Formats: sequence, structure tokens, C-alpha cells
Amino acid sequence: MTVAAEIKGSSPEKLLAPVLSAFWDEDESWTLDVYRRHEGYEGLRKALAMSPDDLIAYVKDSGLRGRGGAGFPTGMKWQFIPQGDGKPHYLVVNADESEPGTCKDIPLLFANPHSLIEGIVIACYAIRSSHAFIYLRGEVVPVLRRLHEAVREAYAAGFLGENILGSGLDLELTVHAGAGAYICGEETALLDSLEGRRGQPRLRPPFPAVAGLYACPTVVNNVESIASVPAILNKGKDWFRSMGSEKSPGFTLYSLSGHVASPGQYEAPLGITLRQLLDMSGGMRPGHRLKFWTPGGSSTPMFTDEHLDVPLDYEGVGAAGSMLGTKALQCFDETTCVVRAVTRWTEFYAHESCGKCTPCREGTYWLVQLLRDIEAGKGVLSDLDKLNDIADNINGKSFCALGDGAASPIFSSLKYFREEYEEHITGRGCPFDPAKSTAWADRTEVKA
Amino acid sequence: MTTSSSERGVSLGMPELPAPAYPDDVRARLETDAREVIARYPDSRSALLPLLHLVQSEEGHVTRTGMQFCADVLGLTTAEVTAVATFYTMYRRRPSGDYQVGVCTNTLCAVMGGDAIFESLQEHLGVGNGETTEDGKVTLEHIECNAACDFAPVVMVNWEFFDNQTPGSAKALVDDLRAGRPVTPTRGAPLCTFKETARILAGFPDERDGAVAAGGSAGPASLVGLRLAKGETAPARVVHPRDGGPHDAPQDRAVHDPSPTQHLSSHDAPQDTSASDPSHPAGPTAEEGE
Repeated sequence: MTVAAEIKGSSPEKLLAPVLSAFWDEDESWTLDVYRRHEGYEGLRKALAMSPDDLIAYVKDSGLRGRGGAGFPTGMKWQFIPQGDGKPHYLVVNADESEPGTCKDIPLLFANPHSLIEGIVIACYAIRSSHAFIYLRGEVVPVLRRLHEAVREAYAAGFLGENILGSGLDLELTVHAGAGAYICGEETALLDSLEGRRGQPRLRPPFPAVAGLYACPTVVNNVESIASVPAILNKGKDWFRSMGSEKSPGFTLYSLSGHVASPGQYEAPLGITLRQLLDMSGGMRPGHRLKFWTPGGSSTPMFTDEHLDVPLDYEGVGAAGSMLGTKALQCFDETTCVVRAVTRWTEFYAHESCGKCTPCREGTYWLVQLLRDIEAGKGVLSDLDKLNDIADNINGKSFCALGDGAASPIFSSLKYFREEYEEHITGRGCPFDPAKSTAWADRTEVKA
Repeated sequence: MTTSSSERGVSLGMPELPAPAYPDDVRARLETDAREVIARYPDSRSALLPLLHLVQSEEGHVTRTGMQFCADVLGLTTAEVTAVATFYTMYRRRPSGDYQVGVCTNTLCAVMGGDAIFESLQEHLGVGNGETTEDGKVTLEHIECNAACDFAPVVMVNWEFFDNQTPGSAKALVDDLRAGRPVTPTRGAPLCTFKETARILAGFPDERDGAVAAGGSAGPASLVGLRLAKGETAPARVVHPRDGGPHDAPQDRAVHDPSPTQHLSSHDAPQDTSASDPSHPAGPTAEEGE
């Protein structure tokens, strides 16, 4: 039973729940002043009044799950850090948002960086860490500026540095810009990259909680996961659990993009459906209908218009055969060629495969060759089984999830749109006109 | 292996001489910066990525001299530094323009018009992917998803956002860049040059007045959900590109040409990753069936 089912048909005011995004429309929302006007750093005060172990238990009880894709319980990740081991502990925030379609952490950090910094201080107190890192992808300089400034402000106000708020907690926070590699969003590749190496995934175990950064116990959390922690502390775990479902409690950012009337960020309780989001936001662009969409980025198996009522929480999307992922709802209408879309995603995976594991490195290469031929009308029908077979040889057979992600669009598009692939083959070419898919295709004033 | 390379008629050539060092004053200045960067990390090697951004801010791309410098200050070999520098796409391996214009051609932006924008810019500028205009101003490339899908199609200039572009607005943008006219991103600070951007990436905050505040709190798309939640009934429409006006006529011609040689991803980023044997690349040299 999800909240979405109970409140179906309600107004946007009831369906949405802006928390992290609640004051993005205010002037200078990224500053410490505005953040504090909205009870910023109050959650930290409450956290510091608890013991670290109680704090971990509290976050665990809240039911907060990782917002970076896998949905692992955040408090449990913190609990895995061995205590009293005499080694330094580290918190590394994964701000390497690069999954195609995913665009939530970047606007969050641009408009409200202090929610992340406050969450970092709370998390470091819990796991007994005195040095945290934000690994931000390099290609977003405006966000880097805001992070530099927010960290400077937090140090000046005593929320970072020595003896934070008189608690005895010392914390250093380093903002680290990456250099362009999707694979560094994978937590162990990120750690290698942060150590100044090529970003290649590590074999697990040992997990980062035991041997992470510099072989020390390390928590790696997504930006949105950590940024959600201060509100949980400030408003209480019961408030948090009043949203979403039993297993997927809380609020989250849904990113609507593509051929929709109003692309953008929608913060809502977990379990809202795409139909509800589209109903409140003007639907697909006028005169068009939904063809396929991703629930959480290109690495999550695609859905069709059959899935409009799937509750967008971890269990609901999983039961429907995909993954909640990053809640990147990329919507494509009937003008879009699914073969073109999958070919381009596959080219991305081939480009971003780090090369460490043979199935992924070689498999993505051959997928691209086959898909390009099919798209150009040079494929044969047996290529479709071959695609499936190669994807099957990648899926689950590499160190990290990049290969699994590459297989997802192949499997799911063949499942729902095999006929369209066949049409490319038997019709010797692509039956779609890409000009009709563009953002300006229906804008008469632009065409003139 | 008993036959030498010369006996097999293969000339491996002389090993490359060590890279020339930076002039003393440059080196002294960079060493001061490097010490500051290294001090941020418990282990000095973690400073390698920011230091590569730093040397890129000096010369506009990562040179052998820059890599030698990184190796020297971190106590690494140049091989270790090169291995890292060649892995990441943001490090440029050859001289490039003041303004790096990147068109997102990952699926969503491509479908929404990124492919058309990229094609029209190639034609308009007379350069291909990764190439620089003759005046040295603009380097054009296609990029992967830049986390702004709700503003598609997206163009990045020196990693600043230019949202909701059309072929017309993108052409006007590069014309302005080449003419030296001031250009303002949709979200973010007035543009700086590629070298200045690289310095920010190395971890040195942008000192320009108003740079942090520029662009406002959030872009329009970031606010649509919040506005609905506040009871504003009419959701904000997708914004049109600023400066769209007279330049805003898209090309009417078909843009879809899925010939393998024209495909966008996967053949671009690994630029020369090894100077050792460019005539014998490790991978397949031709597409299957060609």
C-alpha cells in the first residue's frame, strides 16, 4: 500500500512535498543566511545532542534509502563502519551525477548546497569521521562555484573546522572536481579516482565500509541521500515516515524530461506515479502521446504507457521489472525511434566502459556495431537474437553495474519494441523523421 | 624474442626526450599553488586530478611539461601521470580554443534537437568533432549527458550551461564568442576562458565579483514542481532560449544520417593515448563490413 494509491487524483499541493526544493524560488537560496532562515543547521544541533550510535540508529529507523540508484538503507551503510579500529574514517559524497537522464543533484547543489553540507557534518559525527570529500563531476562549473562558496561560509560560521558548535567534533571538508568519466559514479571507481588514479571499479569484498579510501573504512553516499538527513533530524523520523510507503518512506526528487509539457524537478513522496506527475504538469507536449520512458536513467529497463500507474518507489518499480534508479523520468513520444535511442545509449556505454572487464569492454563495442547496422537498415533478423545474446553475456558478468546498465535498454527495448527493430531490418532503414522529435518541431513561431 | 626490432625492419625510433621544464617563474608560481592543492588531501596522490586541471589552466591543455610537473611534485613517474591524464575526457591533449563548445548528443538531448544543433554548428563553423576554428576561438565537440535533461537540448561552453538551445541560438552563440561579444550562460556566471575555468576546477574559487550569485537561485525548470506545490495552477512553460529571436529558425533539412562513420559517440574521446606507436592501434581499424 502506497501513499500514492491513497491520494490518487488529489491536487498537486497534496501530491507534491517540496523539502529540499522548498525555497529554491527565493533570492540567493544558496546562501547560509537563507538556509538558516529555513531552519538550516537545526537538524545538526539535534544530531549533536545524541550519541553517534543513537544517531545511526535514528537514521536507520527513519528508513532513508540511498537516492543514487541502488536504494541501500543509508543508516545501515553508516552502521557497517567498524568503530574503535584506530583507523581514520572517511565520508565521500558521490556528486558525480552522470547517468543519462539524471539531473537532480546538480540543481539541488546549485540552489541549496548547505543541505548537503549540514548532512555531511551529521553523517561524519555519526561515523566518527574527521575528513569528508565531495566528489563533484567536473563539467558543472556553476555548481562548483556555489560549493566553494558554501563551504567557505560554513567554515566561517563554525559548522566546519574545529570543535563544531562546541561538540568536540572536528571536520575538514574537501571539494574535489572530477575530470570527465561516467564510471566514477560507481563508488569504488570513484574512490580510485579520488586517490588520483584511473577510475576503475574494485573487486568487492572488501567493501568500502571496511577498505575504502586509502584502505580505510569509508561511507560513500549520494548527494540527495545525505542532503535528506538534516530534515529527518529536524522534523523527526515519524514525519519522514508519514510520506511514501513502509519500505520506501520519505520524499524525493523526480526529474521529468523529454517530450513533456513541463520538464523539471518535482519533489514528492515516494510512490507517486508518472500519470499523476503528467496529469498535474500538463501531460505530454500537445498532440502527442507517451511511447517509452525510463524510471531512473538509461540504465534502468525502459517502460511504456502500460506502466503509467506503477508506483515510483523501490518496490513498485522493481515489481514492474525495472529499477527506481535516480528517478530520472525521461519521456519520449511517438515521434521517437526506439532503435535510435537505444543505439545512442549503447554508444554512451561503449564510450564510458573503463575497459577493465572483458565482457563489458568488448560486448558494448559489438552491441554498437550491430545497432548501427540495424539503424541504418543493414541488419538481418538474426541480429536481434545476437543483440540479446551479447547483452546477456555482459549482464552480471563484470565488476560493476555499468555493464548491467548497458544491457538494460537492449533487453527492455527488445521486449517491448521488437517489431520496431524488425521494421528497420525488413524496411531497410529507419521509418522515423528525427525532425519531428525536436523541441521546436511543433513551434510554429520558431519555424517561421 | 631474439630478433631485434631493426632486424625485423621496424624502426621504433629514439625514445622521446624528457619534456622541457616550465620557466623558473612559472614553476615557482605553480609550485605554490600545488602545495595548496596537496594540503587538502591526506595522501598527496589524491591531488593529481586537480593538479592536471591546474597545468591545463596554464597552457590550455595538458602538455608533457605539465605532466612532468605533476610527476615531480607528487613523486610519481610520468607514466603514472600519463595513465591518469589519458583516462579522463576533460583533459585536452592538444592545443584548443578559448571556448570549448560542447553539444550534448546523449539520447535525450539528441532526440530533442542536439543532433541537429551539432550538425548545424559543424557546418556553420566548418570544423568537425574536437576541432578548433582557425581563429583559435572555438573548439567544437559533442558531449555526454550533463545533468540538465529538463533543459534539453543543452549546450555547454567552458562547462557553463546554455539551456534550451536551437540550431539558430547555438549559431548566434558561437558567432558572439568568435566576435568577442560578451556571452551570458543561462545559469551561471559570465563566461571566462577555458584556462580560467580550469583553474576553478583545480579548486581555486572564482574571485570575480558576483560570479557566485550570477544566474539566480535556480533555472525555471528546477522550479516547476515547487510552483505547482504552492498552488500556482499554470505550470511554467518551457523557456525559449534567450537571444532566440531572429536567429531562431531551425534548419528544415533532414538531420538523421545513421551512417556508422558519422555516428557521434564512442570514437571521439580517446584521443592519442599513447605516442609510442600511433601506426599500430590496438583496436580494430575498420568497421565490420567495410
